[in-house]
Amino acid sequence: MTNFLKKQNFWFVFTPYFWLVLFFFIPLALIFKISISVSEWGMPPYRDMFAFSEEGLSINVTLSNYLFIFSDSFYLRSYLNSLNLALTSTLICLLIGYPIAFYVAKSKENIRNLLLILLIIPFWTSFLLRVYAWKVILQGSGVINTILIKFGIIDQPLSMLHNHYAVILGVVYTYLPFMILPLYGYLVKFDLNLIDASSDLGAKPFKTFIKVIIPLSLPGIMAGSMLVFIPVVGEFVIPELLGGSDKLYFGKIIWDEFFVNRDWPIASALAMSGIFILVVPIIIFQLMYAKYHFKNE
Amino acid sequence: MQNIILKMNKIFLKSFFLTIGFAFLYFPILTLIVYSFNDNKRVMVWKGFSFRWYGELFRNEQILEAFMISIKIASLSATFATLLGVMIGYSLVRIPKIPARPFFIFLSSSPLVMPEIILGLSLLLFFISSNHLIGFPSSKGQLTVLISHITFSVAFVAVIIQSRLSSYDKNIEEAAQDLGTLPNKIFWKITAPVILPSIISGWLLAFTLSLDDLVVASFTTGPGANTLPIVVFSKVRLGLSPEVNALSSMIMLFVVIAAVIFYFVNRSNVQK
Repeated sequence: MTNFLKKQNFWFVFTPYFWLVLFFFIPLALIFKISISVSEWGMPPYRDMFAFSEEGLSINVTLSNYLFIFSDSFYLRSYLNSLNLALTSTLICLLIGYPIAFYVAKSKENIRNLLLILLIIPFWTSFLLRVYAWKVILQGSGVINTILIKFGIIDQPLSMLHNHYAVILGVVYTYLPFMILPLYGYLVKFDLNLIDASSDLGAKPFKTFIKVIIPLSLPGIMAGSMLVFIPVVGEFVIPELLGGSDKLYFGKIIWDEFFVNRDWPIASALAMSGIFILVVPIIIFQLMYAKYHFKNE
Repeated sequence: MQNIILKMNKIFLKSFFLTIGFAFLYFPILTLIVYSFNDNKRVMVWKGFSFRWYGELFRNEQILEAFMISIKIASLSATFATLLGVMIGYSLVRIPKIPARPFFIFLSSSPLVMPEIILGLSLLLFFISSNHLIGFPSSKGQLTVLISHITFSVAFVAVIIQSRLSSYDKNIEEAAQDLGTLPNKIFWKITAPVILPSIISGWLLAFTLSLDDLVVASFTTGPGANTLPIVVFSKVRLGLSPEVNALSSMIMLFVVIAAVIFYFVNRSNVQK
């Protein structure tokens, strides 16, 4: 009996372990290796790390790819642009998403389920098509311009597409459900009597909101913000469809270094530094937050 | 009196936020649907109502083929990802001795926070190198897209299963064990039915993730493996496409039907 359990447990651990090491860990290790390799013409476009020649073993390891991307302000700016985009859109999502999640969660049960379905429907529709929809709306001959011209508010179509603000709009639109759903999850469990208790004790609605509602929904705020912030940092599709040449973003330059310039070592160095600058702090922050939250419960 | 004003104020605020919020969510989708009936090649100039682009859509072999490929990859990927995800979720909650446990946790959760673009790049470089070294995979195509999709979906399924397993009472399993039930039977008769709803939602999530993915698929795709997002992206990258408008309303129709079914099934379950 225990034998069977051992056997079953072994396969339950081994199969996914093997898969993830092979297709997740080794590829990451590989881009690390390529990021410290020397560029070269040919296929693959980098020099072998260990080469045997008449002079003996030579090891081709270099930090020059990293030095290059950190010395060129072009790359630094694109990191900052991506961080800026992620931060701004997370905040806007929170500001728009919080009241929606709050009021949906506080509706009567039958209306609440209907509203919840209405929230999830856009989330199920293709991500790419939702971004494309804004391209249709913001076009020079698009819906908004047509309406504004018809009512005589403007004579010339406004150029609203291909800039940083269009990208923010697209990001907020597509990622809003990721903010609302976790917030809803916490707010729906929230006991309404606490609001009454707080106001009976003389707290003004604003104070109740700051002192009671916000702290109790903090885990939802954190979860929603993470779900928006993290993918937006590496976002490629939205800037490509709605953005212009005024700002370049992190995802786009990795794509270009790889597909356009065919510079594998630089693309890999960018990806690795992206992991160290953007992803590692987030994981550390999450672990710390989880510990803090755990302690307080 | 003041109370009534406060109450009115509350109702006003509530309907204000909900109306604005839902208008924002639905306005773009509705725009696409309206313009999909426009009988004009220039998408934004209204010429008249017609089903022309739906006809064109169903005659467009490139889109139809891409749709079939996407459905195939998404259902296979969801199935494998669910299998692996259940194994991870079960292992993390129920199996105390896992070699290098922190590393296992790292592997099974970090795909969640890894930007798609880095995941795609690393997998592509991996496939190229492994092709050089051992000749596998022989070329990039549906298999490489499938492997990549399974890899990033597993973490999502694992999280869902794990949270279900850790929130339910383990004593039921122990009671069955004390009564002499075989472990095999315990898993299939107790554990599996309990996590079944999570398995279904995990599968659906993995299916949607795969169907929706553009970035990772763009890196790992090859001849004969152009998924629907890849084809749509190539069509809308430079301009607007009336066929894509028609495709959007078809997808919307499908999603709404699914949502209605889900709503009524859910409601009758609650009433029971």
